[in-house]
Amino acid sequence: MVVLGAVIGGFLASHYMSNITVEINPKVARQLSQDYGIDSAGKAYMPPELFAAENLGDPFVLGILLLGGLLVGFGARYAGGCTSGHAISGLSNLQLPSLIAVIGFFIGGLVMIHLLFPLIFKV
Amino acid sequence: MKYIAYLFTGIFFGVVMYKSEAASWFRIYEMFEFGSFHMYGIIGSALVLGVIGVQVIKRKNIKALGNQEMQLHPKDKSVARYLIGGIIFGLGWALAGACPGPMYVLAGAGYLSILVVIAGALLGTFLYGVFRAKLPH
Repeated sequence: MVVLGAVIGGFLASHYMSNITVEINPKVARQLSQDYGIDSAGKAYMPPELFAAENLGDPFVLGILLLGGLLVGFGARYAGGCTSGHAISGLSNLQLPSLIAVIGFFIGGLVMIHLLFPLIFKV
Repeated sequence: MKYIAYLFTGIFFGVVMYKSEAASWFRIYEMFEFGSFHMYGIIGSALVLGVIGVQVIKRKNIKALGNQEMQLHPKDKSVARYLIGGIIFGLGWALAGACPGPMYVLAGAGYLSILVVIAGALLGTFLYGVFRAKLPH
């Protein structure tokens, strides 16, 4: 029921409560465009390069989405929690294992963006 | 009655995730580039409220819906599973730009492609089940 609610919440928020752009740090937006050819920052909520339905036929895009999901699902089960489970609920309960997991989240995220993105998104 | 409470908790969660932009791929990317305080502010303020909330719940022995005990068990002690599992999760979080909760919020927002990510995540949890016995925990 909570998941169903989250879906409904996403629908309500996107259709009735928001404009759909996200203004990130212009420096980061510029770098994203120059280095990886993702130039939709500030114009969309999700980058259409990866999330436009018409790009689903592109095996590269499909692979990124599937692999990203796979890692999230596998990692969340392995670590016994995700951002809300460890970073928010676990740390709220002052759990050391959650701190270790959050450190892991950041190692993974930083490695992906700083080391692997240049290999994956070559322009 | 209980289900209505669950449903509204979910709706509230969905609206907050979407409106706070925590469900945006760009915000996750920006966070790992240390480009803005945005995501740290969201997680940080949730954490501060969470710490206070947990302390209040424990001291006043507040019960969950239906007068059940709150499930606030200490987590199992280990380093390997949290660190390795965490790193795998982080790799996916940065690549897909979404963690499990916001995936469903984005599905509601009408991003068809997120269904592929959700399918990948379900496959990931299944694969974990398959390899569980062989992994260090």
